[in-house]
Amino acid sequence: MRAYDFAAPRSVRSALDKADAGSAYLAGGTTLVDLMKLEVMTPSRVVDINRLPLRGVSLDREGLHIGALDRMSDVAEHRLVRTHYPVISRALELGASPQLRNMASIGGNLLQRSRCGYFRDLSTPCNKREPGSGCTALEGQNRTHAILGTSDACVATHPSDLAVALIALDAAVHLNGSGGPRTVPLADFYLLPGQTPHLENTLRPGELITGITVPALRWAVNSTYLKIRDRASYEFGLTSAAVALNVRGTTIVEARVAVGGVGTRPWRLHAVEHALAGRPLTAATYEQAAEHATDGARPLRHNAFKIPLLRRTLVRALTELGDAR
Amino acid sequence: MTERERSEEPGDGLSRRGLLGRASAMAVGAAVVSTSSPGAAFASDTAAAVPPAVGEHLVDVRLSVNGRPVRLRADPRWTLLDTLRERLELTGTKKGCDRGQCGACTVHVDGRRVLSCLTLAAAADGSQVRTIEGLADGDELHPMQQAFIDHDGFQCGACTSGQIMSAVALVDEGHAASDDEIREYMSGNICRCSAYPFIVDAVKAASKVMR
Repeated sequence: MRAYDFAAPRSVRSALDKADAGSAYLAGGTTLVDLMKLEVMTPSRVVDINRLPLRGVSLDREGLHIGALDRMSDVAEHRLVRTHYPVISRALELGASPQLRNMASIGGNLLQRSRCGYFRDLSTPCNKREPGSGCTALEGQNRTHAILGTSDACVATHPSDLAVALIALDAAVHLNGSGGPRTVPLADFYLLPGQTPHLENTLRPGELITGITVPALRWAVNSTYLKIRDRASYEFGLTSAAVALNVRGTTIVEARVAVGGVGTRPWRLHAVEHALAGRPLTAATYEQAAEHATDGARPLRHNAFKIPLLRRTLVRALTELGDAR
Repeated sequence: MTERERSEEPGDGLSRRGLLGRASAMAVGAAVVSTSSPGAAFASDTAAAVPPAVGEHLVDVRLSVNGRPVRLRADPRWTLLDTLRERLELTGTKKGCDRGQCGACTVHVDGRRVLSCLTLAAAADGSQVRTIEGLADGDELHPMQQAFIDHDGFQCGACTSGQIMSAVALVDEGHAASDDEIREYMSGNICRCSAYPFIVDAVKAASKVMR
């Protein structure tokens, strides 16, 4: 690990003052400490933000509010989250081991870095780690990589399950920085890789996530998160689906659908939502809608299996939700 | 002798652990040149992964470890794992992958199970830490330790202290209701000997005694 200096401020103001372009904020440390050991991340200063007053889950007319420093396990088990937004609880529970869930913060979860093996391996080119050096995954081992939103510069998937659930729910992320506080819809927060895969989001230098808000959505009580992976637990997803259904009688009035494990950012599927709206709760509806899930998909040498797998993942998630009615 | 004084002792170099520590420091030194040189000049017991506490960025860290107060002048790069093993000589907590992927380093911080390999000692300042050494009551093993022995819940033992720390937390969290739930909530602890079925048996048995 490279040397860095360490600060543990007690206020947001003080944290922002202490951070510069070479700094990294430390919350749970599950991404940062890992990547500092690998020297993939080499901050000159680590600003420990765990003493900042950025915790607390609450529900009001606006929706659900979660503090940036709330831990994955606490949010997953929170009565309000479990009752009103089961898709968030489920995504968090499937997102990491119990130990990691006890450590990792909500803000940090949204900022976790790529699990692409080449990003983590200093001996291979990676445009995300070292802009302009090339993408080893394009012609290398790319079984777990993305099929949606890729470019010839990067094919890494976004690793967060939580972000998939939140993007389906139109969540917004609250930020604070030298320019003052601002709020950004999560859908506008993440960037496609294009030719600049090292730029993953619209955070400005030194800016801090302070919390998130999930808009009120009464029918989010009927939601779920399904994750398909190589082993039964404690593994990143090959495919995943966050689904919420507003059902009247036997008809789908509205749907929310986003998928993970397949996109270079958490991937909202408006086309699938449109295909579900107004249709009966039947297997044919699910299968026809799921056909749209892979519109524009560009498989690589080892990951074409994700196209049928993603459709089946969606059909199963929709079936489970429909059957639960 | 205080904990700190003990940790500053160079060590006699004759114990089994001292010899093993020296051997592994050499092995690590060969592979990780960039971090080995400062460590090599330090005590035989200090693996290359832990640089000595020199430099301009040291921080004061206060911990309670298994109920005993500890004060350290720490390099901010030290993980809690390396601090426990290399500075406090609490080597019951094991280093497996050192990347948050195996669970061997699981300890309790403020009553919650966490991975000590991804916890910076500096960030744990002010915390209560419980390690495998803090489970037994004198000569009497914790029910979970006894259950792992009774149910053959390990072979090589490298993952066992992490498994046990995770299992104790699992029961306290109320996640021992079924075999499936135990399996899911133990999934962050990898066992390369594949003692999983016996680990589930042990957790189930201990959970009845712990209640």
